[in-house]
Amino acid sequence: MNDKTENDEILEVDVLVIGGGTAGPMAAVKAKEANPKLRVAVLEKANVKRSGCISMGMDGLNNAVIPGHATPEQYVKEITIANDGIVNQKTVMAYAERSFDMINQLDEWGVKFEKDETGDYNVKKVHHMGTYVLPMPEGHNMKKILYRQLRRKRVQVINRFMATRLFNGPDGRIAGAMLLNPRTGETEVIRAKTVILCTGAAGRLGLPSSGYLFGTYENPTNAGDGYAMAYHAGAELTGLECYQINPLIKDYNGPACAYVTGPMGGYTANAHGDRFIECDYWSGQMMMEFYKELEGGKGPVFLKLDHLAEETVEEIEEILHSNERPSRGRFHENRNTNYREKMVEMHISEIGFCSGHSASGIWTDENARTTVPGLYAAGDVGSVPHNYMLGAFVYGAIAGEDAADFCATNDFAEIDSDEIIKERERILAPLKRENGIPPNQLEYKLRRLVNDYLQPPKVTRKMEIGQERFAEIRQDLEQMSAADPHELMRANEVSFILDCAEMAAAASLYRTESRWGLYHHRVDFPDTDNGEWFVHVQTKKGEDGMPINFKRDIDSYIVELDESERDAYQKLRVGSTQAES
Amino acid sequence: MPKSNLMNTMPVAVNSEACIADKGCTVCVDVCPLDVLLIDVALGSAYMKYDECWYCLPCEKDCPTDAITVNIPYLLR
Repeated sequence: MNDKTENDEILEVDVLVIGGGTAGPMAAVKAKEANPKLRVAVLEKANVKRSGCISMGMDGLNNAVIPGHATPEQYVKEITIANDGIVNQKTVMAYAERSFDMINQLDEWGVKFEKDETGDYNVKKVHHMGTYVLPMPEGHNMKKILYRQLRRKRVQVINRFMATRLFNGPDGRIAGAMLLNPRTGETEVIRAKTVILCTGAAGRLGLPSSGYLFGTYENPTNAGDGYAMAYHAGAELTGLECYQINPLIKDYNGPACAYVTGPMGGYTANAHGDRFIECDYWSGQMMMEFYKELEGGKGPVFLKLDHLAEETVEEIEEILHSNERPSRGRFHENRNTNYREKMVEMHISEIGFCSGHSASGIWTDENARTTVPGLYAAGDVGSVPHNYMLGAFVYGAIAGEDAADFCATNDFAEIDSDEIIKERERILAPLKRENGIPPNQLEYKLRRLVNDYLQPPKVTRKMEIGQERFAEIRQDLEQMSAADPHELMRANEVSFILDCAEMAAAASLYRTESRWGLYHHRVDFPDTDNGEWFVHVQTKKGEDGMPINFKRDIDSYIVELDESERDAYQKLRVGSTQAES
Repeated sequence: MPKSNLMNTMPVAVNSEACIADKGCTVCVDVCPLDVLLIDVALGSAYMKYDECWYCLPCEKDCPTDAITVNIPYLLR
């Protein structure tokens, strides 16, 4: 093993896809379809058969733009309003225009969507304004279907390797990546003309209230790897102050799926069993009302199904206990929670970055390009707001196709061999260090500090103290030791988490207003200030290695909003109820 | 630094009678997203080595002999 770590074999591919969950396999397949001669590899920290946040499938599409039910223009409007106006509409439109074709593509590949008696897609209304939810009652086969396509298109799959850093060429263009095998501790260098980051959310940023490090909402393999790698490669990130915070089943920390049960009569209720929000679609504004009810005298909050007919409850159980997070059935069983008799207690998740649900990601344009030439991002790690699984597929496809084009006109960029040596030393250091702090202890403390100082309601002085404590954790990284290659993987993830924590603090402090309901609720700047802050907040690595922030103008809208629609998402509370403050 | 030896209960239980790791099966080890399962060669059975479970179930569902039970981790049960 030692010989190997000292002399990395240099692999070479045209398109390197990092992350084999949702966007990744689609990116690889579409790059191959665009040019079958390209060498395309999917790199996966786990195994592509069961990786990413849809390892057990998905129960529906949250943003299907299907002719007859919705138009791309309506969808762009809805997401613009849901995200408080801070969107690059071109990116949302690029998704919306390909949404229906992608559904048909998946249907052709064997994904089973709910259809009515005439064979049309059976779309449901969950959003505040339009109709975009398409159930997939047999969505547990999703990963198998993607795997079949990877094999069919002859994509090279590299399982059980994590990427730790990207390399840039002398002109700044992407040149490749450093890889670490979490089972053997071997390192490899892979050269690539293009890299597509599909590494998912930053799911291990906050600590779940259960205190269990891996009891996160997101698949905890997604430690924020892509956010950190893009940052160190000099890419711009955006909206990092617009956290992901979701309403979940308390302790279990998986989605209660009010949007699945909604069309069947289920809803989010307070302790009295009363509805208090008009719409269960996840947004910052909805989370704010959820938070107020949770903390108020009518709290906590529940998912209410106990009024439904037996056959409806059975159908809900069938969907929710076999897709996405199927262990929820046994969780409820342990607590004697029968949907027929008891409401399900809910809570809010730890904070994270994820454009799939909110808007925090690596800045990408409508071609999935980041600000680093040759580097792409798709899925939860990209920056197209509220993009969900179908958005990951569409942007994976866009990235794959654009990367194939890029390869036609660009050769490999050189990697500086000193950079390789430096990076290898950095990632292997915890394995060579004896008697230091174990990664799990460092991670626990770091994520506990994230909760204490960064979780909304955000307070300026608290976030500043958080920054001081993160600086101490950065020093502690020098004392972290790993007992084996598996712990070495965790040690390197701790460094990703710390990068994300520092970026979250900096971006949150920079935007001196409140926006997106709970996501960026700053107690000492409680108002939304459109004069000063109707802009994207960008984050980049500064000269001193710490994050710097700046404003980026919002591109002129391509779909204008009606005056009466603008604040639709500010009116989510049911009229007859009032939040207690 | 001195270290403690804390004990934790593990969420993933493997029935070593039913497990066919001794026949070369590594399905659960292959599919675990968190890479927390290993094969105990002496015992001829898989086991959970690292307490880092997302209770996501691929190991249980994909096991050819139904040897695996995933329990909800105690801290959030």
